Amino acid sequence: MIEIRNLSKRYGTFHALKDISLYIEKGTVFGFVGPNGAGKSTTMSILATLMLPTSGVAKVGGYDVTRHPKEVRKRIGYMPDFFGVYDQLKATEYLHFYGASYGIPRAEREQLIPQLLELVNLTDKADTYVDSLSRGMKQRLCLARCLVHDPEVLILDEPASGLDPRARIEMREILKELKQMGKTIIISSHILPELAEMVDEIGVIEHGEMVAQGKVSDIQNRLRVTKVIHIRTLERGEELAEKLRDEPLVTSVLTDNTGVHVHYSGDDVQQSELLRKVISWEIPIVSFQEAQSNLEDVFLEITKGGPRE
Amino acid sequence: MNWSRRLINPVIDKEFRLRMRSTRSMLSVLFYILALGTIAMGFIYLFLYLGNRGPQRFDPQVSQMMFYVLSFAQLVLIAFMAPALTAGVISSEREKQTLSMLLTTQQSSSTIVLSKLVSALSFMALIVLATLPVYSIVFLYGGISPKQLISVFLFYLFVMLLLGALGVMFSTLFKRTIVAIIVTYGVGLIIFLVTGLLYLFFMGIEQRNMYVTGQPPVAGTHSWVGYLLGLNPAGAMMSLFDSSFSKEAFLLYGGNLNSKAPIELWLEFVIVYSVVIVLALWIAIRNIRPVARRRKGEEPAEQLPQDHSTSENGV
Repeated sequence: MIEIRNLSKRYGTFHALKDISLYIEKGTVFGFVGPNGAGKSTTMSILATLMLPTSGVAKVGGYDVTRHPKEVRKRIGYMPDFFGVYDQLKATEYLHFYGASYGIPRAEREQLIPQLLELVNLTDKADTYVDSLSRGMKQRLCLARCLVHDPEVLILDEPASGLDPRARIEMREILKELKQMGKTIIISSHILPELAEMVDEIGVIEHGEMVAQGKVSDIQNRLRVTKVIHIRTLERGEELAEKLRDEPLVTSVLTDNTGVHVHYSGDDVQQSELLRKVISWEIPIVSFQEAQSNLEDVFLEITKGGPRE
Repeated sequence: MNWSRRLINPVIDKEFRLRMRSTRSMLSVLFYILALGTIAMGFIYLFLYLGNRGPQRFDPQVSQMMFYVLSFAQLVLIAFMAPALTAGVISSEREKQTLSMLLTTQQSSSTIVLSKLVSALSFMALIVLATLPVYSIVFLYGGISPKQLISVFLFYLFVMLLLGALGVMFSTLFKRTIVAIIVTYGVGLIIFLVTGLLYLFFMGIEQRNMYVTGQPPVAGTHSWVGYLLGLNPAGAMMSLFDSSFSKEAFLLYGGNLNSKAPIELWLEFVIVYSVVIVLALWIAIRNIRPVARRRKGEEPAEQLPQDHSTSENGV
């Protein structure tokens, strides 16, 4: 669905993008990770036909973004990282405007817009002026706007930036729904860790270069991100820690008043064996839990804890 | 229904809505008419009560004079209004961060630019038409034909189109609205003031040359300096009021009174600035969408020269 080959973008002497290549299958949710200024927004702007690449090819649905921008625009819904709204319009009028701008006849829009508002949970705000909506609502309205012409591809640049946790969760639920609808989605986001379960692939970009790319699990494995297992016991925590230190796949063990933290590099099968072993030691265990190892860890690992935000 | 749909595209529809919903627009109309009305009332007061020969009669000649005064005042008001209304149309969308979303829709660059210009022009036309009641005072006393009035209003429309096209062009060239507005005012100043001053300056030189050499111009010739006045809106408008004005503009003192003007000033104005308008709009359309600029079908080799020329025009 999306094909990027050797894409470069230069501003004077500054290389915003260096030779990026990317292929995203139809129906894939692709997470774009990287620190600010790494080139995520530049890539997305090029895909959205708003910017010209210095060299290289970017295609959406087989159409080159520089040669057939109009065809590309038909197929994409683009949500910029920062956007404004027309304050003097009501939510429905706002959607009508964009619908009309995509050439959708009025009768069709009349049916479509209530559905879109329902999708983004703004039905009760249909006749509210856009400027009186909260930031989260504006963000959702903007997402509805992206969908107004039923595009196959959604390019969402930081769709959850500046949202409070509740609004983020709402946004995530909507994105899940869109994934189920079969949309191809490119998303760059702070909430990528939270999106882990819905992102199929990620690309990590830094200083305009693609550092890592592929399935989330593959990248995690490739980087050998060690898991942290948290074990809570009723008593004999120190003894457990001692015993665990002798286990081959355990890299380190820490104890504190919340329990034992085990850094473990085994896979799931080995982990289940470890659990069996721990139980066989007959130490009263309350919980044995893998601490959330998520995209954020992957990201930090790859970008070596470089500045983010 | 169909024609209105064709005429009112989504961008115009949105612009109209936004414009007519803002209180600022209503206030603009109010203050504009107030300003022109004050000028009209002030004029009447001055003539009727403050003349050096005591209170006077308001005859058609005076009302004709009042028509001129009103028309020039309106021209100045338009010169102030047009840049403010048009120089922000694109850059303000950029500042409000709505432009990128508009550009990813199916609306073409020319539709966006022209619709925004048309919407701003419509609003200015509304304001100018709203001043008709003030003009009706003139008709109360006579001395002016409806034809003159119509020609003056058409002339206003053209001046608004000119300043509007320049405003929209600068709005696409500069990222910030305030810069675009200032530059448009600057160019407006050149058109309104500098052309007039240049005319007076060069006319003075020509006149002096004539006295120094002592050679009266040959019959049928005219001074090239007159063309400068044709670039000035006030000069062009004056030639609309008085058809002999064009001739006088080209005439040197002591010149042959039978010599005819090579061109009516207003006609020169319209011809020259039509080219400017077309050029400005072309630049605006080419500049609004960076991608469209380079979209040259299959020949990447063609990209460079055309791109180059655009940036030359642009800056």
